[in-house]
Amino acid sequence: MVEKLEQIFRDRWGQVLAALIGFLGDFDLAEEAAQEAFAIAAERWPRDGTPGNPVGWLVATARNRAIDRIRRNRTLAAKTHLLEVPEAVEDTMDETIFQDERLELIFTCCHPALATDAQVALTLRTLGGLTTVEIARAFLVPEATMAQRLVRAKRKIKAAGIPFRVPPDHLLPDRLAAVLAVVYLIFNEGYGGRVDLASEAIRLGRALAELMPDEPEVHGLLAMMLLHDSRRRARFSGSGELVLLAEQDRSLWDAAQIAEGRAVLDRALALHGSGPYVVQAAIAALHTDEPRDWPQIAALYGELARITDSPVVQLSRAVAVAEEQGAQAGLEIIDRLALDDYHYLHSTRGELLRRLGRMAEARAAYRRALGLAHDDAERRLLERRLTELEGSTTGGG
Amino acid sequence: MKYMLLIHQGTTPTPDKPDEWAQLSQDEQQAVFSAYQALNETPGVTPADVQMQPPETATTVRVQEGQTLTTDGPFVEIKEALGGYLFYEADDLDAAIELASRIPAASMGGAIEIRPLVQW
Repeated sequence: MVEKLEQIFRDRWGQVLAALIGFLGDFDLAEEAAQEAFAIAAERWPRDGTPGNPVGWLVATARNRAIDRIRRNRTLAAKTHLLEVPEAVEDTMDETIFQDERLELIFTCCHPALATDAQVALTLRTLGGLTTVEIARAFLVPEATMAQRLVRAKRKIKAAGIPFRVPPDHLLPDRLAAVLAVVYLIFNEGYGGRVDLASEAIRLGRALAELMPDEPEVHGLLAMMLLHDSRRRARFSGSGELVLLAEQDRSLWDAAQIAEGRAVLDRALALHGSGPYVVQAAIAALHTDEPRDWPQIAALYGELARITDSPVVQLSRAVAVAEEQGAQAGLEIIDRLALDDYHYLHSTRGELLRRLGRMAEARAAYRRALGLAHDDAERRLLERRLTELEGSTTGGG
Repeated sequence: MKYMLLIHQGTTPTPDKPDEWAQLSQDEQQAVFSAYQALNETPGVTPADVQMQPPETATTVRVQEGQTLTTDGPFVEIKEALGGYLFYEADDLDAAIELASRIPAASMGGAIEIRPLVQW
């Protein structure tokens, strides 16, 4: 029961907090009030039963507590207008009238006037309902640092007048891109191994898709995350080693999640989506097919490279081209890229050189990759490749 | 909300630097003047009622252990120095960002810093 209650709280926190910020116009006040309401619920619901409209109950309770608090602190002259709110009694309050203001909240949290790391932290704290401790742990920073980051961000929102609203049409494309970038960043952080964050990003993606059902890129991002995440259990071997896509045990892929990802992608395509997330989702979907359609994958990477102008995407295209036309064709693309400090460039080069039988060059490329990689799992994979190459006797390069 | 918009000219050509200013066509020069005029007439804007001499004319003063130390030039680099300012009363930061983006210096090699003011 306690666990179930915790789940409800996690799921509802964003909605409750958003409604309270919309009403109170103050993050801190809203957070305190929400916490108070959840504490009351934790005490009452197990005893009296969960109310029919839990969010409505929580918002109304929190609102009343906040009004009480403001009444007690009458010296806060700036807030006196709130005193005119009619007195509400907890048990008779209307639990149905509240607006879902989570979109307003996420656009506020992801406002470009806030630093990216603050946007990420604030989004996880407010919409995701993660505690400061959890966020600090996920990003490997001391709790005090994370707390400070959140305090500073909330202070800036208030002091600088960052609006609590969904941006008007002429700002929407840019601001939505910023929101999606934050969700993607959270997902990537989780994809690197910290699984909770990947689930958190998918939860945020689902909420966005529900709130902005007509935005193809929102569905594109959700589809891409679902499809990548569906292979989560196959990405690491029993001993914690990184397993490349081609070598993964497909029975470990989450078939239901792949189906869901494909359905979300279809929705994005039906909305005529052709932005970077939709294209990436389409590529991720193609990667779940067997055999893989390399010409199609290479073409989509070409499209993505055109949209994003990113050499990292060109590197991915090179891999697809190598599968389609041979290692030499892939290598030619790679050797034109200005990505010398990127370890994937060197590990990919190493692999293609190995296929061409140029072993000494392949070893040099893998060593260079090893010198640049920081992640432990990545390093072990590269060391394994190098050992295999050392063992091979073919060619001298 | 009340904001102060600090205008940093950066490498923006201004009439203070006649050589650089002369590189602009008549039309471009006229566009700069018109843009500032339009800004000053925007509801909510209070233009600065003074004009600053260029940052090259600045003197920076520090006092250390009772000694007054005087150096030539602005506190920050010349290119980062304040060139002018205006005040803007607006609903929120988005409105201030919108106004800032219309200040010529923002698109000609400089930048605008938006500072919210303490409300009394």
